[in-house]
Amino acid sequence: MSEPVVQVTDLVKRYGAVEAVRGIGFEVQPGETFGFLGPNGAGKSTTIKILCTLADPTSGSARVAGYDVVRQRDTVRRNIGLVFQDPTLDSYLTGEQNLRFHADLYGVPRAQFVPRMRQVLEMVGLWDRRQSEVATYSGGMKRRLEIARGLLHAPRVLFLDEPTVGLDPQTRSSIWEYINDLKQREDITIFLTTHYMDEAENCDRIAIIDHGKIVAIDTPEQLKASVGKDRVQITTNDDQAAIKELKDRFDLEAAMHEGMVTFNVESGEHFVPRLFAELTQAIRSVSVARPSLDDVFMSYTGKTIRDAEATVGDRNRATVMAFRRGR
Amino acid sequence: MAIGVTDRDSELTTAIRVAIPEKGLRQDLRAVSIVWRRELIRFRSDRLRAITSLVQPVLFLFVLGTGLSTLASRGMPAGIDFKTFIYPGVLAMSVLFTAIFAAASIVWDREFGFLREMLVAPVSRSALVIGKCLGGATVATFQGIVILALAGFAHVPYDLGLFLTLIGELLLLSFTLTAFGVMMAARIKQIQAFMAVTQMMVMPLFFLSGALYPLNGLPAWLTVLTRLDPLTYIVSPMRHAVFSHLGMPSAALAVLSPGVTWNGWVVPTGLSLGIVALMGVALLGIAILQFQRTE
Ligand SMILES: Nc1ncnc2c1ncn2[C@@H]1O[C@H](COP(=O)(O)OP(=O)(O)O)[C@@H](O)[C@H]1O
Ligand SMILES: [Mg+2]
Repeated sequence: MSEPVVQVTDLVKRYGAVEAVRGIGFEVQPGETFGFLGPNGAGKSTTIKILCTLADPTSGSARVAGYDVVRQRDTVRRNIGLVFQDPTLDSYLTGEQNLRFHADLYGVPRAQFVPRMRQVLEMVGLWDRRQSEVATYSGGMKRRLEIARGLLHAPRVLFLDEPTVGLDPQTRSSIWEYINDLKQREDITIFLTTHYMDEAENCDRIAIIDHGKIVAIDTPEQLKASVGKDRVQITTNDDQAAIKELKDRFDLEAAMHEGMVTFNVESGEHFVPRLFAELTQAIRSVSVARPSLDDVFMSYTGKTIRDAEATVGDRNRATVMAFRRGR
Repeated sequence: MAIGVTDRDSELTTAIRVAIPEKGLRQDLRAVSIVWRRELIRFRSDRLRAITSLVQPVLFLFVLGTGLSTLASRGMPAGIDFKTFIYPGVLAMSVLFTAIFAAASIVWDREFGFLREMLVAPVSRSALVIGKCLGGATVATFQGIVILALAGFAHVPYDLGLFLTLIGELLLLSFTLTAFGVMMAARIKQIQAFMAVTQMMVMPLFFLSGALYPLNGLPAWLTVLTRLDPLTYIVSPMRHAVFSHLGMPSAALAVLSPGVTWNGWVVPTGLSLGIVALMGVALLGIAILQFQRTE
């Protein structure tokens, strides 16, 4: 196997009393799309900042494109492209001026600038809008421009920190089209972070990160297979009583998640009819889901990623079936 | 639209090779130049800022200058307008706010993320800071040139030599001020705080510089304070340049433009400008050091 493009060993980053990254290690192979999946505050952006030479690790080491991120800072910088979580465009400049600025800072040879700019702008569908001030762009267009800019100097690794956060679902999927497209066209390794489960599915491999630690790392398929069970969520007239009954009668560990009684069981669609027949608490709704990365996250951390963020985000769960009764 | 698709695709399938050169002086110069040009582009698109920062010097020159002239004319040699007297100070004032504001854009850039785009690039931080200071110096000097164009209203002759001298001095002043602003911007992360702190420092600097009154015959405490104000060392050479082009008797010149004195010793113009230049370089150095740090 060739040398890994990203190589991280025992990485720790402390901000005063806060330990943002608590000893992580992993490798990313050339050509891979590698995802960091975790709730807000898990330490994703901090890790990216270290890999991009913007922050120094408290301890541990990291190599990107074969170079040490502390000792060979400038060489690392020449080899990476970046799209940060928060926008970093000059909105008073046009799209083209933003790219030209970038090309000059990175020393893209002048003869190569225009063809390369055209290539990356066409890739993200912004060639026609290159003369407009960025202030007139939509959120999705700005993101696409940032991706194009990150690619302008043909980096070996592209870092994308939450590339779709704050965008509407349609724009999010179009960003993913560009990313998948990019993998076809260029010889590039992609390192991205997300807290959207459905997006993590697009990665070749993912690392699940929680509280600054990697709790699992594998392909999405392997991770889901490792969980095995389906997830069932029900609402009843008395949820606490239902949890107790599930324990006593079915020997199932249930808990409240997202306001619903949640538990994992093998082949859920066969279990649900039994549940209706035997549970004494009146059931008001049921949903059964195949193992998703949510469940992977839950089985490794004991909570859903939404619980972890304690915010009600947009839900995108694959519901196999849903009943509604009573009310 | 559909027609172009096939050849567009073929063009896109092979990524264009981009060979990024090693870090070096050429790279850094290119970075200095683009950071500098960005300041100019932004200044050009921000006419409101250009106009508003001219309001204050124009008010000082025409309103204060005219209003005080009857009172002030008693102390003036015959035929010399008070407006002429304060004109060099007003010129300095015209670059004061623009130069500081140019540095404030670093605080904006930090707030809007663009600073990060610069900080993560494979160029030395000194190139970024120097580019910024040159950019601030250039746009501020443009402002000064607008006030220079009004020279006639202050009875200052349109003389090429005089104008070149004044522009050079304005550039020096603007560069030093921007470097000062950039140094502050490295520390102060909120734009409101930056504005408050710099305004608080700029007004005393201006009033203590002798921009509005002669430096001789002042009470001891004020004499000391004026000599400590770096702005003094640029306003005085500018006033000297203006008055030596008016063709007035040397006795009158000595009253109106006595130069900066240290305990009676007249500081030569060269030294005076050297002090300002030295401060500029020192501030620039501090600013570069501050931007060198990583998290
Ligand atoms: N510059 C900083 N100073 C202090 N604490 C920080 C800083 N950056 C991040 N943190 C803290 O580190 C933790 C991880 O943050 P971050 O890496 O941004 O998480 P994520 O990107 O996964 O949402 C959080 O608790 C955050 O508050
Ligand atoms: Mg983050």
